[in-house]
Parts: sequence; structure tokens; C-alpha cells
Amino acid sequence: MDWSYILAVMVTSAFGLQAIVFGLAAIGINIQFGYTGLLNFGQAAFMAVGGYSVAVVVVEFGWSFWVGVPIGIIAAILLALLLGIPTLRLRADYLAIVTIAAAEIIRLILRSVTFKELFGGSDGRQAFADGFFALSPYPDDAAISIGPAVINDQQLWTYTVGWLLVALALLITWLLVRSPWGRVVKGIREDEDAVRSLGKNVFAYKMQALVLGGVFGALAGFITAIGAQNVNPDVFKTDATFFAYAILILGGAARVFGPLLGTIIFWAVFQGTDVFLREGIDAGLPIISLMDGTQAAVLRVMLVGLGIMLLMIYRPQGILGDRRELALDAR
Amino acid sequence: MPDSTSTSGTRHDEAVRALASVPRVPGAPKPDPILVVDGVKRSFGGLTAVDVQHVEIQRGAITALVGPNGAGKTTFFNLLTGFDTPDTGQWLFDGKDLAGMPAYKVARLGMIRTFQLTKALSKMTVIDNMRLGAKNQIGERMIPAILGLWKSQEVAVTEKADELLARFKLFEKRADFAGSLSGGQRKLLEMARALMTDPTMVMLDEPMAGVNPALTQSLLEHIKDLREQGMTVLFVEHDMDVVRDISDWVIVMAQGSVIAEGPPDEVMRDEAVITAYLGGHHDKALTASGVSYTEEASQ
Amino acid sequence: MHRRILAVLGVLFATFVALVAMASPAAAEGQAVGGKLENRVEGVKTPVAGVEIAVVGDGFQGTATSDADGVWRVELPALGNYDVTINVETLPEGVALTEEDKVTIEQVPVKPPLFGGLKTVTFPLGQSTATTTSLWEQTAQLTVSGLQFGLLIALGALGLSIIYGTTGLVNFAHGEIITFGALATWTLNAGFGLPFIVAAIGGLLLSAAFGWLNNAALWRPLRKRGTGLIAMMIVSIGLAIFLRNLYQFFAGAEKKSYTEFAGMAGLSLGPVSITPTDIAVIIISLVALIATVLVLSKSRLGKATRAVSDNPSLAAGAGINVERVITFVWVIGAALAGLGGILLGFTQQVSFQMGFQILLLVFAAVTLGGLGTISGAIFGSLVVGLFIQLTTLIIPTELKNVGALLVLIIILLVRPYGLLGRRERVG
Repeated sequence: MDWSYILAVMVTSAFGLQAIVFGLAAIGINIQFGYTGLLNFGQAAFMAVGGYSVAVVVVEFGWSFWVGVPIGIIAAILLALLLGIPTLRLRADYLAIVTIAAAEIIRLILRSVTFKELFGGSDGRQAFADGFFALSPYPDDAAISIGPAVINDQQLWTYTVGWLLVALALLITWLLVRSPWGRVVKGIREDEDAVRSLGKNVFAYKMQALVLGGVFGALAGFITAIGAQNVNPDVFKTDATFFAYAILILGGAARVFGPLLGTIIFWAVFQGTDVFLREGIDAGLPIISLMDGTQAAVLRVMLVGLGIMLLMIYRPQGILGDRRELALDAR
Repeated sequence: MPDSTSTSGTRHDEAVRALASVPRVPGAPKPDPILVVDGVKRSFGGLTAVDVQHVEIQRGAITALVGPNGAGKTTFFNLLTGFDTPDTGQWLFDGKDLAGMPAYKVARLGMIRTFQLTKALSKMTVIDNMRLGAKNQIGERMIPAILGLWKSQEVAVTEKADELLARFKLFEKRADFAGSLSGGQRKLLEMARALMTDPTMVMLDEPMAGVNPALTQSLLEHIKDLREQGMTVLFVEHDMDVVRDISDWVIVMAQGSVIAEGPPDEVMRDEAVITAYLGGHHDKALTASGVSYTEEASQ
Repeated sequence: MHRRILAVLGVLFATFVALVAMASPAAAEGQAVGGKLENRVEGVKTPVAGVEIAVVGDGFQGTATSDADGVWRVELPALGNYDVTINVETLPEGVALTEEDKVTIEQVPVKPPLFGGLKTVTFPLGQSTATTTSLWEQTAQLTVSGLQFGLLIALGALGLSIIYGTTGLVNFAHGEIITFGALATWTLNAGFGLPFIVAAIGGLLLSAAFGWLNNAALWRPLRKRGTGLIAMMIVSIGLAIFLRNLYQFFAGAEKKSYTEFAGMAGLSLGPVSITPTDIAVIIISLVALIATVLVLSKSRLGKATRAVSDNPSLAAGAGINVERVITFVWVIGAALAGLGGILLGFTQQVSFQMGFQILLLVFAAVTLGGLGTISGAIFGSLVVGLFIQLTTLIIPTELKNVGALLVLIIILLVRPYGLLGRRERVG
């Protein structure tokens, strides 16, 4: 068992691509769910919209990568409007059902043979990020080694931009939630009729929260597309949404830095568990070696589910949250 | 500020004088109505909850809306304030047609309501509850909020909130979570928060419900105070002593309709009113309890 | 309300039984083997006429020649197993058997007929053996499979809906109860070698017990703690992820079939080809749904359930033991879901994510009918099932679920409280 390897994986995962992607997605959910109380269970769809926008624009239309970015953001805004109009006037559970359904609709369309010419079916789309890497200030031979893991120049550029986006999203969240705008959405989270009775257009605020959170989701989609140099429909399953929820709840909902802390810890532990189990299987450790590699991968997702349950039951405020303020138990 | 502690302020006298010549019949026209309701009807699955032919509310007066359980008072409130949509009907507030208008627009026009079950936002501090009430805040718009253009307005809003909190004897609690307040204090907070919007008409749904007797008197004074400041008050109440004490005019509802109107003392002697409260309640127990049952269910 | 949905289910049941009965007289004509020869080239199907077919078995020998419609038929003297051979010499030019080993189909079992007494045998000609069907035939076929799918959805939706009605929980782990029923049955059947019927009864009982366990070990304690409904909804998501991966951990990712009743030949019922298992699935789910609705509307516990759904505190005040009702609802709901899973194991196959895959359709059905209503759940399910199958006439099959989910969103635009639900009140 190579502990230094496990440690290196944990460190690189804590600050790696997935941590950025799911951090951004979770910041979006924090605005929607944490502060406004909207159950968007379709964040994966917003990620898909972002990722596929840059991919399709480059691969299918031959336009610049940088055209895909505004298109992705506009598409995410349109998606939020589309989902919000029928559901934001309804009870929270309806929004949950409609958004999860919408995410599935989008995934099924993306992977369909019918639209294969546009979206590439279940293979997805590859090789579209050259325009992004062309702007990289790092020399081609730039590399950072963390233990046995090596980060090359392209990854370095992706991570730089990714963490800058995370910082930007956190800054916007911070500015918003301490403003009167934040006061209104927190009021909506607890009792929207009270806020409505004071002359606030509740529907408009919910829509703004849904749109902003969705745009953060699209940013997550950009980064996952660039980092993997690949988009395919199975990256954007509902599990992606719920991973982001797990991260948010772990770090602390309705806390600006909750998603950041959550994503760092989540990915360190999630990937660390994976390597630990694989190493354990190879080393023939008792009990662990009864599993095979697939089972080990399944086991850690199982633990994510268990983790969501235990957190919600015993510590719904997560690490940073304030139980008194958290409206998770409100209806 | 006019004498706000005595039972009969100047505005009270004005209101009584203005209403003196109004006929004591349901739907009677008022000399200076702020609210005129016509043919508002709402039914739930065949059960008629509200069916008000015509009613007018006098400007600057305190009008009580009374009636047995299930008379449709809260539903009527919901309809007038845009929290529910009637099957038919229209009503004018200050000459503006409110039919089909969403609740927040009604509130912006100056008709502010409170709720039977107090909606103080318990997970927010008292002062934040108050600030939330202020109108036209630039920082409530997304872009100015991000750019931080709201700081100076926030100071003014906070000043106003603190003044109101002091008046409602909640200043000491300003930094506490509203959830830590007593039932009566929450009612006070809700009323104070409503005043942050500078309303012209305040609709109070059972302002005394769940308030401990020590606070009742202070709440009553605050309601009278609203009138003295030129606001119109319409409130739902069960306690007849309260109604007699503070209202200039009483409207009685039973089974969804207005059955009587008049000054408090006269209305309480009205035959139809007594029947509605006593006999009628038994005769029509099925309908009445049916309605009140759905009302409770929706709480 | 219940009377209406009972009437719908009753009419379905009666229609279906009548169809079966109407088809039965043909059985009296005696047994036969027959089929339709068609040449399929790039999706275009043409009947193949003048081809000789020989049927041999039990001392019997008979031949037939396909007519202008490609139809052939050989009357048989008795039940038994027969070898059916196609005379490739008589095939017209350009037409070939696509699978060479299918010249003779051996030991075709001719059993006591359920319908029509015709045992269908097909030979793969051209590129495929798929039969041409008219639009009317397709519609009829899709209606039957849509109804069947709708009934399976209803088994899940009814449980989800009554659990929501009594506890307010939107249970995202309901799909995993569906999977549980199928996996438990498959384990007893394929793993322990029990006959399918026994295994299915076992799977049903285990599902009911699983529902009881869900409530007793997780949801009841959470209700006692005063956990909010949204928090519980997220807990149910965690539970769903946990269970789904637990299933995969132990059962693997591959699809499984029960050891019996697999790949049965289709029987013709009017324009519709249907397997005996399909018939069984339809009848069993109809009976289960009718029985549940009857129990919920007639029995004391059922009435108590509806009282709790209407208003829990009022029901408790009236002396109803709310927790007992909720336990009952969980057991019934899980049994129905488990049954849905067991039957779904036939029409699809058994896999760790079968319940998860159908869950959204169950949600769509429940939302369509109005959350929390019993008849709404069943009605919504039938609509969703029919819609999914019938739209394949127009849209590609791979996108059929997309259509149903889109309709869900559109319906919410028009009738936010579902098709049968009631508007909510504020105040």
C-alpha cells in the first residue's frame, strides 16, 4: 500500500478538474437551493448545455471556441426561463420533479441517434478546445509534479481559469447575499407569502436565482468539457446533480464558502477512497480484497448516498452552516 | 403626533361623524370609500366560500370584519389582496381596479395585509425583517446589489426601521432572530414591518389571535394609532370586546356573504347577526363547519 | 372519485377479458401451425407467395404453400411437438433465408391454445422477419402495450401517491423499491432455484416487508425528529443512490431474466400479437389495482388512510392512529411497487437501475394526475403509458420518454395542480 500515492491523489483531486466543475455547480445550487429554497434537481442539464455549446459550436459549425461561451450562457438562461415559467409558481416538489425530468429529456436528446449528427450520440464530441488552449500563457513544457502526479501546461491553464471562475462565482454570491437582494431571497426561502405581502415580486426573484445558478452550472459545463476535451451525455446524468448537492450539504448550504469547502473535501475523500480500495485489493487486504475493481467504484458512490442521508439527518447545516438560519427543514 | 393613547382620537371622531348618516344595511354606500367591492365570488369544489354582492370601506376609519367561523373572512381577505383569485367579481382600491392583480402589486399600491398565523420571518433578525419591508430599494435589484450601490439607502432604511421598532417597543430585540420573539411580539413585528411600506390601507387578519393579554392593550393602541396617522384599517376579529373598543364600523359576514353593517353597538343588537352567531350556526352547521374545515386544512 | 377510476379499470378488465374470450372460439376449430412469409429489404416488406412449408411430427405429415399475402397454414390432428421446414428451393429469386440454420425449426410445441389455436412460426427472409403491419394494426398493438406499460407505471405511482398523501414525502427512493421486487424475485428464482410463481410471491412479500422496514427504520424516526419534508426528500435521494449502488454491488450491472416464461411466442389477438406473459401481466396488475382501490375506499383502514391524507391533525383528533395508517400505507405501497418491478422484469429485464429508469415516468404520472390523489395516480399512469407507446408512431422510439416528460411540463403550465388535483389555498 503506497500511502504517498494515495495522499498525492487526494491532494490533486481536492484541487483538480472535478473539484472545480462540481464546485461551480454547487455554488449555483447554493444560490438556488441554499439561499432561495428552490429545488433545482436539473443542474446536470445546465452543465450539459454549457459543455455541449462550446463543443458543438466548434465541431459542427467550425466557429471559434469563444463564440460557444456566450452561446452556452444564453442557452442556460433560456433553459432556466423555460423550466421556471411553469414551475416557479408551484410548490417546491413540483420544481424538483420538473427539473429532474428536464435534465433527463436533455440527456436523452443528446445521446439519441436522431440528433447524432449534431450532438454525436452516445460518443459525444471531442477536440474543440484548441481555441481555449491557444490563449494559455504557460509554455508548452510547463509542468508541476505533486508526488507521482504530473500536471501539464494544458491542465495548468484549465485549472487556472477554472479556479478564477470559482472565485468570481463566490465573489458574486458574496456580494449578492449580503445585499437587500439576498435579504429578499432568504425571505422567500422561509415564507414566500410574507415577502409577497410586502410588495416584492417573488416570481421574478426566484427566476433570477434560477437563472444565475443555471449560468454557474453552464460555467461548470465549460470547464468539464475543456478539461476532459470531451463531452458525452453520460457525464451529465442525474447523479452529477446529486453529487453537487452532496458537496453543498457537506460544506454547508447558505454559506458562501460552503460549496468550496465541500468540493475540496468531497473529491479528496471520493478519489482517495477509490485509490485506497484499489490499492487494498492489489495488496490483498482482508475484506477489501473480496471486491473487484468495479465493486470498489460502486462502493464509493454507495457511500456518497449514505453520506447524503447521514448529513441531512444529523448535520443538515454541514461543516460551515448555521443550523438556526438554515431553512432546510422549512416547507 | 396626535393623541394616540386615548380611545377617541381626532380621526376617530371624524370617522364616526362621516359614518353617522350611512344606512345600516349590507352594502351601504360610504361618503368616502377607499375600497369598493362588487360581486366577488369564490367557491371551492361546489362549496361557496365567499359571495359578496357589494361592500364599501370608508377611508380613514377602522372597520372590523366579523362573523362566525367559516364565514369566509380570511378567504375574502385573500381575494382582496391578490393571494387568491375569485371566480368572478371586481373591486376598486383608491379608484384602481385590483381584479386579477398579483399580490405583490396590490401591496405596492398601498394595501398591505398581515396573516392570521403570523408570518414574521423567524430565521431572519428582527431588523432584517423590518428592512425587508422598505419599498423601492435599489439593492433589491440584482445588478445594483452586486455593484454595492445600495449602501446609503440602507442607512436610511435602517434609520426608519429603528424608529418603528422603538415605537413598537422591539428595539431591544433588533439583532435577535425573529423566531425568538413571543407570539405577541411577532404580531407587533409583522405590523411594524407592514408600516415600513408606507401603506394607505392595512388589512389585519386576527391581529389579537395568540397574543397574551399583557400585550393586547398595546396592540390595540397601535391599531388606533394607524388611523390617527391617516391610514385605513380593515381587520378580522372574533373578540367582540376588541371590536367594540376600536372599530368605527363593523361588517358582519356569514356563509360567505355580508349580512349586516353598522356601528359596533348597533350591529351587535342586530337580529340577523345574533342568529348568524347562535341559531344560524346550528341550523347551517354543515356548511359553516365545512368551510372552516377547509380553511384550517390550508393553514 | 374512486368510483370513476374503478369504472375505468373495470371497463379495461372487462374489455380485455372479452377480447380474450372473443378470440377463444377459434380454438375450437382445432390446432394449426401457420405464419406469414415476408421478404424484408431495407425496411420494405413484401409478402412471399408460393413457398412450400412442411410440417412433420407424431406420424403426421402435412404441407402448405404460402398464398399471395405470404400466409400459410397447416391444420394439425393433435397437440404435440412438430418440426417445421421451409423448402428453400421454392423461394423466389433474390429472396433468401437470412439465418441458414432456420431451414427447419425443430420441436415446435403446439400446446392447448389460449387464443385461436394457431401456433405462429416465422422464417427470417430477406434481411429480417419483422412483419409488415398497417397503421391500424400498429396503433392497436401500441395501445395494448401502452396500456400494459401504463398499468405497470400505475403500480409504482399508486404507492408513491398514497405515501405522499399521508406523509407528504416525495420519495425519490420509490424506484428502488420497484427494483427490489424484481431483484428479490430473480434471486429466489434464478439463485435459489424456486419456481417462478413461488419466487414471485416471495418477492412480493419481501417488498411489503421492505416497505415496512423503510418506514420503521428510517422515515418514522425522522418524522418523530420533526425533520422537514424537503430534508426528507433529500434523504430519499441519498437512500436511492445508496440502494441502487448496493444492488449493483451485489447483483452486478448486467441484465437478467427469470428462468421461466422467457421468450414466449406471440399469439394473435385480433390485430394484436401478444404473449401469454403479457396477458398475465395485464390481468395481474389490473386485479392488484382494483383490489387496492377497493381496499382504500371500502375498508376501515382505507378510509382512515384517506382521512389522514385529507388532514392528518384532524384525523388524529378523530381518534385515528396516524402512525398505524402510515405503516399500512408503506406496506401496501411497497408491495404494489414490488409487484410492478416483478412484472416489469418480464416486459423489460431485471437490472439494478430498472426502477430508477421508470421512476421519472412514475413521477410524471403522479404529477399529471395531481400529487396525492389515488385515482389521479392511476389515470395519469394510463395516460403516460399510452402516450409513450402511441407517440412512437410519430417520433423515434428512443425519444418516446422525452415526449412524455415534455407533456408533463406542458400540463403543469396549463393545470399546475395536475389533471385531477385541486387548487391550493393560501392564508
